[in-house]
Amino acid sequence: MGILEAVLLTIITAATPLLLAAIGELVTERSGVLNLGVEGMMIIGAIAGFAFAQMTGNPYLGTLAGAILGALFSLFFGFLVLTLVTNQYATGLALTILGLGLSGLWGEAYIGVPGIKLQPVAIPLLSEIPFFGPLFFKQDILFYISIGLVCAVSYFLFRTNAGLKLRAVGDNHHSAHALGVNVIAVRYMAVMFGGACAGLAGAHLSLVYTPQWVENMSAGRGWIALALVVFASWRPYRVLSGAYLFGAVGIAQLHAQALGIGIPSQFLSALPYIATVVVLVLISRNRRLTLINTPATLGKGFVPDR
Amino acid sequence: MNTFLGIAAAFAVGLAATSTALAASHEKVKACFIYVGPVGDFGWSYQHDQGRLDVEEVLGDAVETAYLESVPEGADAERAIERFARSSCNIIFTTSFGYMDATNKVAGRFPDVKFEHATGYKRDHPNISTYNSKFYQGRYIQGQIAAKMSESGIAGYIASFPIPEVVMGINAFILGAQSVNPDFQVKIVWANTWFDPGKESDAAKTLIDQGADIITQHTDSTGPMQVAAERGVKAFGQASDMIKFGPETQLTSIIDDWGPYYIERVKAVMEGTWEQVDIWAGMAEGHVVMAPYTNMPEDVAAMAEETEQKIISGEFESFTGPINKQDGTQWLAEGEKATEEQLLGMNFYIEGVDGTLPE
Repeated sequence: MGILEAVLLTIITAATPLLLAAIGELVTERSGVLNLGVEGMMIIGAIAGFAFAQMTGNPYLGTLAGAILGALFSLFFGFLVLTLVTNQYATGLALTILGLGLSGLWGEAYIGVPGIKLQPVAIPLLSEIPFFGPLFFKQDILFYISIGLVCAVSYFLFRTNAGLKLRAVGDNHHSAHALGVNVIAVRYMAVMFGGACAGLAGAHLSLVYTPQWVENMSAGRGWIALALVVFASWRPYRVLSGAYLFGAVGIAQLHAQALGIGIPSQFLSALPYIATVVVLVLISRNRRLTLINTPATLGKGFVPDR
Repeated sequence: MNTFLGIAAAFAVGLAATSTALAASHEKVKACFIYVGPVGDFGWSYQHDQGRLDVEEVLGDAVETAYLESVPEGADAERAIERFARSSCNIIFTTSFGYMDATNKVAGRFPDVKFEHATGYKRDHPNISTYNSKFYQGRYIQGQIAAKMSESGIAGYIASFPIPEVVMGINAFILGAQSVNPDFQVKIVWANTWFDPGKESDAAKTLIDQGADIITQHTDSTGPMQVAAERGVKAFGQASDMIKFGPETQLTSIIDDWGPYYIERVKAVMEGTWEQVDIWAGMAEGHVVMAPYTNMPEDVAAMAEETEQKIISGEFESFTGPINKQDGTQWLAEGEKATEEQLLGMNFYIEGVDGTLPE
């Protein structure tokens, strides 16, 4: 395995959880709901994935459990902000804190237990292609899901009637309501989709990235995913490039250090974040385009007037 | 973002801690602990918490303990420490280097509470002690083992922050390695975090990709050990015995045993004999313990054991001259031993290290 290939493989592993969580949050935000609880849903997915893989001995059931528990956890958030119309910012933060706490409690029995790794699945023929084969067609199932989800979400949002309704709900919930769209139901589904994706991202952490359970193992990746959605100005394919850019800069700085390139390591560590800020500035320069993509009712509660 | 998360987590745990404080009776001594990572990191913070549990077990009903985990270093730490000082804690252990200034500040405001700061050197008030362990003794042994075991002649070192504690460890590792193989090379990656399993694993992958076949870490998670196991290279555990994560990978691990010290200090508070100290104990006192030497030929294990015995008996000291600084200027003359002050202020690489130390 050449060094370039090895580096790219590391980047893919680092980018996949970011991509999974961000694409889910994108759908949630497109429906007008801001869920700051990504970190909490992610860590719930991580412990659920780990625990179920341990109990059943099957990492695929673990992955599934990660998605389901992530969705259920987000349902709780949905109930608070959609049915009880609580403040979305505060509720999302509470969800993160709750998730970190609950996962710690649940995970106590699993500390120091070696995990079960989700093994790569080679796609026949395609995985034989030199260089690209092992990179893109000999990966764990979550990588395929992450790429598939980006395409599916893009198609759904911009090419289907249901996607149009979801965006309408996000842009103007009163008009959508007046047109007979069930705003609350659409938002419930979008929130749960986001939760399931964040759960998958968590399962990736505890079953692929570092197959083990440690408290706080998400280490802020949920927040990065949230930033990626803004970074991508709510466009699916930009989330894809953003996640990979972020992963690449993070890995490149480690290689630069190991090669002894004389740049202060603190600066290199900050590089991914600096890159985010720079791209954000560049994107925001075109105000009209930014406004077109930003869901207009983002973070605002909806109470049907009749 | 991480910091914010930490505050939030600290706040949540803090609520729980205060509620137990209200239920406490006044005669009990209350020992409180502040950790930089989660207690479940299976590394640094985990070992401190094991020490706390030892205190509970040995002193039983006479003591009550509480802890705050994942408290970020810096300004936020002060709030957490003060919260403990206000909630009837009699002795507070702050267990990370970055809590130094915050601990000293709060200690000045609460003269009746005893403070114990791990790995620091500032004692601005009579009610604050500092304590540390000589982990570098273990790192010297690891360096020797690495040089014997490596085929590529390159070890990968995952470092956290450029503080004396970490720099000392790197230097000791290299001294040990070069005592066996003068050309041995160590590649260093600074993760700029104490705990991020993903990032630590990425660092391990990077180092292996660049030719290292021995991985050692000064960060707290078991991520690097797992990566080493997956890639079929050898590694050293950190802070606790990580053999379960690499049954065929771990060579040995430096285990921090804080229990004896914590018991002694809490007892001193009970008996009213607590006095300011500056403790820096190592293998001889049992504060630093090596995990069994595994996955290596017998002669290598024998060499490691011999060095360990010499360190325990005091016959051998890792930082004994002649040692030059990285730029070739003399640091220690032939036969000269480094003083504790010299070690605790170490902010330079010794000769033989590639790369520049981040400032």
